Amino acid sequence: MRIRTTTAVVAGVSSLALLTGCGAADMTKQSSPFANAQGAKTVTLSIQSWVGAQANVAVAQYLLEHELGYRVDTVQVDEIPAWDALSQGRVDAIMEDWGHPDQEQRYVKDKKTIVAGGDLGVTGHIGWYVPTYFAKAHPDVTDWKNLNKYADQLRTAESGGKGQLMDGSPSYVTNDKALVTNLDLDYQVVFAGSEAAQITQIKQFAKEKKPFLTYWYEPQWLFKKVPMTEVKLPAYKEGCDADPEKVACAYPHTPLQKYLNADFARSGGEAASLLKNFKWTTEDQNEVSLMIAEQRMAPEEAAKKWADSHESTWKAWLS
Amino acid sequence: MATVTAAAPRTVVPGFLKRPGARKLLALALFAAILVPLADAHWASGTWPGALTVDVSEPLTKVSDWIIDNRDSHPLFLYFFGHISNAVVLCVRAVYLVLLAAGWAGVTAAASLVAWRVAGWRLAAGTGVAFLACGLLGMWVPTMQTLALMVVAVLASVVVGALLGLAAGLSDRMDRILRPVLDTMQVLPAFAYLLPVVLVFGIGVPAAVLATVVYAAPPMARLTALGLRGADKEVLEAVESLGTTARQRLLTARIPLARKELLLGLNQTIMMALSMAVIASVIGAGGLGDRVYQALASVDVGAALAAGIPIVLLAVVLDRVTGAAGEKLGEEPQPNNRTLWLYALGGTVAVAVAGRLAGRLDWPDAWTVNFAEPVNRGVDWMTDHLYSGVPVVGGTADWAGHFTTWVLDPLRDGLQWLPWWSVLLIVATLAWLIGTWRTALTAVLAMAAIGVLGVWKPSLDTLSQVLAAVAVTLVLGFATGIAAARSDRVERLLRPVLDVFQTMPQFVYLIPVVALFGVGRAPAAAAAVVYALPAVVRITTQGLRQVDPAALESSRSLGATPFQQLRQVQLPLARPALLLAVNQGVVLVLAVVIIGGLVGGGALGYDVVAGLARGDLATGLVAGAAIVCLGLMLDRVTQPTERRTKKGA
Repeated sequence: MRIRTTTAVVAGVSSLALLTGCGAADMTKQSSPFANAQGAKTVTLSIQSWVGAQANVAVAQYLLEHELGYRVDTVQVDEIPAWDALSQGRVDAIMEDWGHPDQEQRYVKDKKTIVAGGDLGVTGHIGWYVPTYFAKAHPDVTDWKNLNKYADQLRTAESGGKGQLMDGSPSYVTNDKALVTNLDLDYQVVFAGSEAAQITQIKQFAKEKKPFLTYWYEPQWLFKKVPMTEVKLPAYKEGCDADPEKVACAYPHTPLQKYLNADFARSGGEAASLLKNFKWTTEDQNEVSLMIAEQRMAPEEAAKKWADSHESTWKAWLS
Repeated sequence: MATVTAAAPRTVVPGFLKRPGARKLLALALFAAILVPLADAHWASGTWPGALTVDVSEPLTKVSDWIIDNRDSHPLFLYFFGHISNAVVLCVRAVYLVLLAAGWAGVTAAASLVAWRVAGWRLAAGTGVAFLACGLLGMWVPTMQTLALMVVAVLASVVVGALLGLAAGLSDRMDRILRPVLDTMQVLPAFAYLLPVVLVFGIGVPAAVLATVVYAAPPMARLTALGLRGADKEVLEAVESLGTTARQRLLTARIPLARKELLLGLNQTIMMALSMAVIASVIGAGGLGDRVYQALASVDVGAALAAGIPIVLLAVVLDRVTGAAGEKLGEEPQPNNRTLWLYALGGTVAVAVAGRLAGRLDWPDAWTVNFAEPVNRGVDWMTDHLYSGVPVVGGTADWAGHFTTWVLDPLRDGLQWLPWWSVLLIVATLAWLIGTWRTALTAVLAMAAIGVLGVWKPSLDTLSQVLAAVAVTLVLGFATGIAAARSDRVERLLRPVLDVFQTMPQFVYLIPVVALFGVGRAPAAAAAVVYALPAVVRITTQGLRQVDPAALESSRSLGATPFQQLRQVQLPLARPALLLAVNQGVVLVLAVVIIGGLVGGGALGYDVVAGLARGDLATGLVAGAAIVCLGLMLDRVTQPTERRTKKGA
């Protein structure tokens, strides 16, 4: 009995191996099983967790669906895994990238599985911010050299005896831990876990007019609700952030980029050309972001509202 | 334990040492008295000493980089993993296309008609309503994506599980090898399974399906083996005496005799697969889970609920239908069974074709209800009015804040302040007192492994959350369980609630707690409490009700008050059940506390999420390994000497 079972198993396994193993299967060239179902043309967009990126995707999705007749799938992938997914074709496009030189080197230059999709038209800047009401009361807080003086006032339950520097999601581009060590600051980096959590906390602080120090970035709709002033860090020079352990300078101003999967860029037809041409301004993005985040509008509706009033802008992308 | 007690009566020992617990304590104390000064002298520090850690992050990063660089060229990937991945994608796609081709009307009709044949009219109506509700909420396509993924994952799990179960059921050696592995796999949190598959397959559907299979196959294997081994010996002997071959015996007697267990295994596998298919959205499973995940990241409770309700509906429907199928097994089949199935098939095809001809394959946009906006308005109102500053009781955020500052913080700081060797000692003591020296050894080794991996502090942070949540769960669970055991009415009221709660995937619990308590460690603990409570209540109630009525009667005749009865008769007699409840509570709480990393729970769960988010698999894998160790340790520490059946999903 046992011998017979064993032979059967061996035969089964080997025939399976024969059936499937006779050709090479490259799993880096697999698209999502949900793509292009039923002849519908599908575009899969990576959606990132901050609202600005949601605004990009919402408008792109709206135009793809209503002007070009595509079906759009969105997948929430964080920034770095999104590069991997993009290179494998599981995602067709990233609409807003804040600069990932390692990934760019690996996928765009070496493997050539991803191609640049051009500027988004928005310039991003990351920095440390304090609320403007606090900066007005203590004007010298806006220089990093004086930050240690205020560490006491910025202490919280989570920061354990040091001042709290609040970060949002661990997936965002950040050198904060290195900065705190290298600039010899008496601060502890506390991750709120997600941008939404960070915004909730900032709003609560602002409601009670409490001081806080936070990692934040422009363009961001929250500035309209809670005015914040940037803390000056040592000036950014080209290449000063090359070694992530030794960074001791401010964040650069980054023209945000789009990236497309190489195959999609070649054969994606109208969708690919729309996404390549997609370029708008900081004001446009903020308008949509505010509708989504502050007025709690569904992204689709917000995109529709924007599209209705900015026809000339997006008509140009369709050509 | 048996050997120790056997030796006891012959030696002359002081009175208190006659109790096995005391002897174990003494042995441990001796052991500690020798080792602790040594350890302390060598590595004197509160947390795990740096000298005893091994940095595995660098080799792990190298492995991860190597995999990414060679994924499109190395034969291992081209000829092995590539095919697995391809097969998964093909299967999921095929199922998805079939579902889409059937259209919403066809799928709903098919599901209801199958439910009708298997489980009767009422469940059929329920199934239809559930599917229509998914469409109404605007979640039709995500629901179909999740369903497609589920179908493939469940089929694969059933095949894998049944094969393993057959092996373990037929061969004693396989059983000995497989049983501890399967037992352990059942207590590990779902999150720990995600990372290894991501490492190999990258983020996406193949990784999600494989993680689901690994998670959902063990119950099938366990129950198959159980069914085969539990078959009536006399029946088997009778069959054997008829001169049948081993294969005939297996096919005609053992498997049919085990079909109840097989169906139960199928039920559990489906529930676990659903639970995992949703959690796997963190690694790109798409579908409903992804919608919940997206919504949680932006604290959009309305959107999370809109995606969460279809998950709950799917879970309840699948559980009830497979459960009903199991109950109907023993009955005579209806005479016209086959014709009725044909009617069902015909009805499905007719509806699907009608839908196709009417051009209504996609769920019409006009029929969706905007559910998120009113819910969010409600949540906003709640945050404005109930969140803080409610007179007398305080707001929910205040409770969360107090729980964090008065319970979680001191507990965490206390645990982290304890010298590392004393933590090991406490683990050893507890595990040995409740279980055997084997469980104690496993527990201590698991705890030590956490230290060696260099994640001592976050692990203790997670542990503190688990302990706090378990304490709350046990207080609430025992109280409810006692109430339900004493009053039939309470039990009747509770049963449907418990049923529904027990079938819901872990992920869903995160949504309401975020609405109520915001983000942080307190909501993670709260979700864990709600998740673990039903199992604890149920086991407690059962345990108390099974107490011998004669014992109760005699105590009553001695004039004991109800309270005295409870304290002096029922609770001591129900001790095994209560211990089992503790064990289950701990295991379930851990699973959710880990997922709490998604809503600001911090510690290990957060490391896993962050590792995935940053593509820094080294961090994630180390945290995943620590979760496995923590799960092992907690299970062994609370494991009563005898293990009983466990909660499935």
